[in-house]
Amino acid sequence: MSPTPAAPATPDRSHAAKQLQWLDDETLCLIPQSPGGRLEDKWDRHKFQLKLISPANKTKFSVIVVGTGLAGAAAAASLAELGYKVKSFCINDSARRAHSIAAQGGINAAKNYSNDRDSVFRLFFDTIKGGDFRAREANVYRLAQLSNDIIDHCVAQGVPFARDYGGFLDNRSFGGALVSRTFYAKGQTGQQLLLGAYGAMMRQVARGGIEYYPRREMLELVVADGMARGIITRNLLTGELESHAADVVVLATGGYSNVFFLSTNAMASNATAVWRAHKKGAFFANPCFTQIHPTCIPVHGEHQSKLTLMSESLRNDGRVWVPKTAGDKRTPREIPESERDYYLERIYPTFGNLVPRDVASRQAKRRVDEGRGVGPTGIAVYLDFADSVKRLGRKTIEERYGNLFEMYRKITAEDPYQEPMRIYPAVHYTMGGLWVDYNLMSTVPGLYVLGEANFSDHGANRLGASALMQGLADGYFIISATVEHHLASAALKPITVDHDAFREARAAASAKTLRLLNIGGSRTADEIHRELGQVMWEYCGMSRNAEGLGKALAAIPKLREAFWHDLHITGSGESLNGELEKAGRVADFLELSELMVLDALSREESCGSHFREEFQTGENEALRNDDRFCHVAAWEYREGLRARRHIEPLSFQYVPLMARSYK
Amino acid sequence: MTSAGPASINIKLKVWRQSDAKAKGAFHEYPVTGVDPNSSFLEMLDTLNDSLVHQNIEPIAFDHDCREGICGACSMVINGNPHGPETGSTTCQLHMRLFKDGDTIVVEPFRARPFPVIKDLVIDRSALDRIIMAGGYISADTGNAPDAHCIPVHKRDADIAFSAAACIGCGACVATCKNASAQLFLAAKVSQMAMLPQGRVERSERVRKMVATMEAEGFGSCSNTGACEVVCPKSISLAHIARLHRELLRALFL
Ligand SMILES: Cc1cc2nc3c(=O)[nH]c(=O)nc-3n(C[C@H](O)[C@H](O)[C@H](O)COP(=O)(O)OP(=O)(O)OC[C@H]3O[C@@H](n4cnc5c(N)ncnc54)[C@H](O)[C@@H]3O)c2cc1C
Ligand code: SF4
Ligand code: FES
Repeated sequence: MSPTPAAPATPDRSHAAKQLQWLDDETLCLIPQSPGGRLEDKWDRHKFQLKLISPANKTKFSVIVVGTGLAGAAAAASLAELGYKVKSFCINDSARRAHSIAAQGGINAAKNYSNDRDSVFRLFFDTIKGGDFRAREANVYRLAQLSNDIIDHCVAQGVPFARDYGGFLDNRSFGGALVSRTFYAKGQTGQQLLLGAYGAMMRQVARGGIEYYPRREMLELVVADGMARGIITRNLLTGELESHAADVVVLATGGYSNVFFLSTNAMASNATAVWRAHKKGAFFANPCFTQIHPTCIPVHGEHQSKLTLMSESLRNDGRVWVPKTAGDKRTPREIPESERDYYLERIYPTFGNLVPRDVASRQAKRRVDEGRGVGPTGIAVYLDFADSVKRLGRKTIEERYGNLFEMYRKITAEDPYQEPMRIYPAVHYTMGGLWVDYNLMSTVPGLYVLGEANFSDHGANRLGASALMQGLADGYFIISATVEHHLASAALKPITVDHDAFREARAAASAKTLRLLNIGGSRTADEIHRELGQVMWEYCGMSRNAEGLGKALAAIPKLREAFWHDLHITGSGESLNGELEKAGRVADFLELSELMVLDALSREESCGSHFREEFQTGENEALRNDDRFCHVAAWEYREGLRARRHIEPLSFQYVPLMARSYK
Repeated sequence: MTSAGPASINIKLKVWRQSDAKAKGAFHEYPVTGVDPNSSFLEMLDTLNDSLVHQNIEPIAFDHDCREGICGACSMVINGNPHGPETGSTTCQLHMRLFKDGDTIVVEPFRARPFPVIKDLVIDRSALDRIIMAGGYISADTGNAPDAHCIPVHKRDADIAFSAAACIGCGACVATCKNASAQLFLAAKVSQMAMLPQGRVERSERVRKMVATMEAEGFGSCSNTGACEVVCPKSISLAHIARLHRELLRALFL
């Protein structure tokens, strides 16, 4: 099923042939199809050049959108507004509960409302630099351009962003930037943006433009005649396998942080949709680029099910510190100012507490490794608001972060207005994902990938408040233009779910479910998942080295073996069965994790979130190797063989390659 | 973490088990031992479920996802209270330190006519989606919007709109209401839109259609008891219901 375009291009490979060219016998060069011309004009020119379909004809085309997070809900709504027949799917019982709902801190835009000399170019520049020069310039510039339209659109939808006393929108700062460009709705920005997109979606459901399928899990992608033409879903309430055909398939199924078992992602966040698509020919890009967020509530015990983020926005007013001496067991208030090490302010005087996430996380780990961690476990650092409360008053702090402080209090039973928070890094976001070209199309023609599920814009490290921006740019503004071009030019044949490709995919999904149910072993999916998480956190987490990665590479197949021989699932496939759902997702994590390790091993440099201990500067900062690795790694699945690594070379014309410094 | 309570507690759970929508459910009792007071209520249920799977008993089905009090998925009645004993909290935000060693804890699904039970503690809340479908949005097609700053909104109004928009759509208000009314949920959306200039264009149609849909879905009417405000995990205020009434009157007579 792999789209290896070795043979001369057959008709259905014509697109792949444009995207893929051989570099040598083994390696393909992926061509992103970025338009030419000046950076500023690329997207405008491209939109003009993409083919149009008349409004009346749009209603003849159908689009499947999997996922109802920001990217999926925005895509479903905007496509239906244009007249396409949309089918929308999600795992949750309502589209409104998608994982995006939990985003806290805010969304970036280059409005320059703060008059601090922000601009589209500066947002572009910060994102390229923040991503440590591993993202595509053309995409990132388009993202920065669209950021302003997103804010306009969301305000028109009734998203209640924070405002100042003049009635204008308020902004805050986030890591990796020296300007205030983050729009927010208290600590519930994701919720408000998602409810806006969900409302737009529900309006189209009412109008008949969207057929809405909640409590459905996509288990297979259907590729017919070389094109993505449908999906197989499991109805989570009845267990029924359902086939859905369409003219294109859009995946917006979120990230795969839950490979690590413990992460800040929602419990149902998973990799199944993208992994199954990968196995049908979609290349997987930069799987090892995972973001470890510096400010999360530390792990408290072995029964913990997930980790809770404390938004990065807190670093605007909170100061990070540890005691100067290792093993200092005094309470934080007993430690005098002179015996505290505000290490971020000390090491990075320019950015201080607002350095990017990867830098802040590694520095926290270093303090803990030095024995200067705090709290009962010693695996935490302080985030202290005492100065800000004194300077700004409790009321202002409450207005800015009230719900986050409350969340912290509920979990820890401590009052952060009185005592500093204890925080530690946790897995949070995956920059890697399915490879897409400038049109957001994967290497499977007709399969588009949006939001966190793709790899596109954040390089090796995502800046705070940029995921919401990317999901909404993809969903509201990009996909409708590029899908239209595909539909206008692909000469698609009519297809029904009786096509052999559907029959095969349905049989594969059904066989997999049966196999899971019939293992009859003794261990739960969670137990094995937790073990996988420990391996990944230990060897493929905040810092990595060849030896550890080798250990992971040995451990993962053993876990997979244990899973397929010793899993125990209760209940049947014909009704709501949470254990079966979990097992299906863990099966995919057990495969994806290996690819992450392979990717980390083969990228012999440090960049952004990917810190290989062998490659660091004298000051322990990440040391890139632009001669060998100034590219995207895109992996091809090969049944029964080790995945093959291809590349998309990156060139930097507008932001010259430089060492990233936040000092 | 620092609270100086016992290292672990033992409790008894009385949980509603119902194999599917048609089955007659019943309470089952399960002892749970060695519970870490710092674990969350749902983590306690995870541990119990894990042990049930090992005994080849189907685990207790319950809805949950974010486990941070924002997605609105979790939905249990604990000792008679939707979302349990703590005010301003969802089920997933409860921690076991609220309970004492030896406690018996009774756990049921949200119960209301428009929310049929699907299995154990899982209910069907799609009626809330249909209320939103009737008009819980501003009809702004993508691409229509003027610059975000062209209409300033008074901070007071924006703050009120936000306080209403914070509703997580959990349905606890319905579950606690003796009439199974969705008035607080509906009022939150109507109120958010009514406070914003962008939302005023469609205000009359919105409120009329949403109220009609709520009634057609079998939710009862509001008798101003105020139980909803008490259980609401986001402390959505009854003032929004008062605004809903004004909006409805305005829509009927203007
Ligand atoms: C706690 C937290 C706070 C964050 N805060 C911020 C922030 O302040 N600013 C910011 O920019 N970013 C933030 N992020 C990141 C951001 O929230 C996410 O990257 C973003 O919301 C992802 O959106 P998405 O639409 O791509 O996917 P998601 O919101 O994850 O949605 C995925 C959708 O796909 C569906 N789905 C998944 N698999 C399947 C399947 N197999 N079949 C059918 N449906 C499926 C799900 O049901 C869901 O509807 C935060 C993330 C976390 C975890
Ligand atoms: S009003 Fe409160 S109780 Fe009712 S659905 Fe909204 S958040 Fe839940
Ligand atoms: S699980 Fe999301 S609110 Fe409780």
